[in-house]
Amino acid sequence: MDWALLLQLVVNGLIVGALYGVVAMCFVLIYKASQVVNFAQGEFVLIGAWVCWFFLTKYQIPFVWGFLLTLAFMVAFGVLVQIVVLRPMIGEPVISVIMVTIGLSIVFQATMKWAFGVFAQPFPPIFAQESVTVLGLEVRTVYLVSLFVSLGIMGGFAYFFKATRMGLAMRATAFDQQVAQSLGISIRTVFAMAWAISAAVSAVAGVVVGVVNGVSSALSFIGIKVFPAVILGGLDSIVGGVLGGVIIGLLENLAHFVDSQWLHWGNMIEIAPFWVLIVILMIKPYGLFGTRDIERV
Amino acid sequence: MAGAAFRPAGDYRSSYAADTRIFDTAAGRWWCLGAVAALCLLPVVSETTGFDLKYELSLLIQIGYLGIAALGLNILVGFTGQISIGHAAFFGFGAFASPFLNNNFGIPVFFAVPLAGVMATAAGMLFGIPAARLKGLYLAIATLAAQFILQDFFGRADWFSGGTHGAPAAPFTVFGVAFDTDASFFYVVLAWVVLLYLAAANLMRTRDGRALVAVRDHYLSAEMMGINLTKYRTMSFGISAFYAGIGGALYAHYLGFVSVEGFTILFSIQFLGMIIIGGLGSIMGTLMGTAFMVLLPEVMDGLTGTLAGTRIDLALGLKENLAYLREVAIGVTIILFLVFEPDGLAHRWRQIKAYWKLYPFSY
Repeated sequence: MDWALLLQLVVNGLIVGALYGVVAMCFVLIYKASQVVNFAQGEFVLIGAWVCWFFLTKYQIPFVWGFLLTLAFMVAFGVLVQIVVLRPMIGEPVISVIMVTIGLSIVFQATMKWAFGVFAQPFPPIFAQESVTVLGLEVRTVYLVSLFVSLGIMGGFAYFFKATRMGLAMRATAFDQQVAQSLGISIRTVFAMAWAISAAVSAVAGVVVGVVNGVSSALSFIGIKVFPAVILGGLDSIVGGVLGGVIIGLLENLAHFVDSQWLHWGNMIEIAPFWVLIVILMIKPYGLFGTRDIERV
Repeated sequence: MAGAAFRPAGDYRSSYAADTRIFDTAAGRWWCLGAVAALCLLPVVSETTGFDLKYELSLLIQIGYLGIAALGLNILVGFTGQISIGHAAFFGFGAFASPFLNNNFGIPVFFAVPLAGVMATAAGMLFGIPAARLKGLYLAIATLAAQFILQDFFGRADWFSGGTHGAPAAPFTVFGVAFDTDASFFYVVLAWVVLLYLAAANLMRTRDGRALVAVRDHYLSAEMMGINLTKYRTMSFGISAFYAGIGGALYAHYLGFVSVEGFTILFSIQFLGMIIIGGLGSIMGTLMGTAFMVLLPEVMDGLTGTLAGTRIDLALGLKENLAYLREVAIGVTIILFLVFEPDGLAHRWRQIKAYWKLYPFSY
């Protein structure tokens, strides 16, 4: 047993898991609000990271401004995608909607490769201090900041849905679209808002991962890893998404630990979440917090 | 047939036999037979006369084996209403299974191809077990997991796929005659295409085929009518994997070598693109969609060829980024078809036929 490695992997898992949780939250937000399973969530992460990288390296602006510009861009982008592509699909069967988002995902993915190439590009250094010591453990500043950013976003979501008008309108829409409409809530605005928030928050996750590992098209794999997280947590539960993300992040790192210590199969960190996914779908398809939908005919 | 929802006025059927005919009209049947006969002549023309059709033949072979796999996916998605994002993995499973049987057990390729289909069926049914309980997007996510797990398995299982080195595949042989050129292998693919497309068309006329469509249209009503949902959902997965396996096996023996990198999720999405472009739940449409998808890169190549050196080319770097351009084109085509023509090329084709049938009085 290599305790230092185990501890390191657990910390890694928590940080990566928090990021998965954030992206999973965005995924659930879109699903809850507009009943769309967004296979292009990972591409939102990717686009956010590339756009921020572009602002920082091309125009040499300070990180804060570049970051804010990225957020503004992603809000506009999310709304645009919703209006242009998803709005015509309202009322179409589930298969078509899934296929449209898959189509979007490969278009975005290829466009990003086209525009920025396939090689990982490092972010310009942002923090003066490379690493800080927490409880005797050397932790890189970026990791710490990313953990706080994730927690901040989660707190922000909680406040947004509990206390603000728009958040309540969204919850009402998720609960029953017709009733919400009759109460004077504009469904269109709610849908557009959901996509805008989701795109922007995904971009935050993208920027954080980009700062840590550099930006490359591999970032969009987070969008795939989100599926085990949301299925574990329950597709329509935001809390579930967060928890699922953290569990999956921890789990893949623990799988990696078990693998590197005893099994030596290799590649477990990539594949373990999908085994978990299959198992959950077999025994508890609605996840930990998801609502079991009852069909009436 | 299932795709007969769009029919011009005046076309009445008075018996069940007439309603379940594969070809609506005698002319349609003769056209189809004629097309197959013409295709049979193609390699002969290429070999004997001055026309060099090698490239066209290789494209047709591609359309053939991809079309078989796409038909399997259409039976699953278009006829049974179960979505699968892992079709390329089953295609890959077949592609590895056939050389595996041939290289390790000495089974002749002629028998290894259908056996590879059977092995893929077994794999498909295994991953179809969750499908028996799931539907819609849950199923999509389950098959997504299957895609990654199988892809990982190909890279890991040295005994099965040769691991990262890939697997060599012997050419297709019957009675010592090797079908190792494009011109000869074309007949093998054509035979399989005709066989499997006829099988699918006939499946839709049977009780089982109608049960699949009933599951798609309203699974609760289907269940109330006594259709065993679990059985038909798993069966549909099995059939779809069988078609994918055959397509994959033909692909393996055509190329002579299978590498583990080819069967990515993008390939799966391409299969979905084929059936959406062709038309969900249309057998001939599947072939049209496959042809569209295979010819799309060719058209893109031609387009960038004509644009080469112009300002657009210089600004966008088309030549170097051709691979991404293709991906963009595939994605955009899928989206455009879903938004503007959800019934696919098959529907368009029926409209055109109906228009000309009644020309010039379209009412």
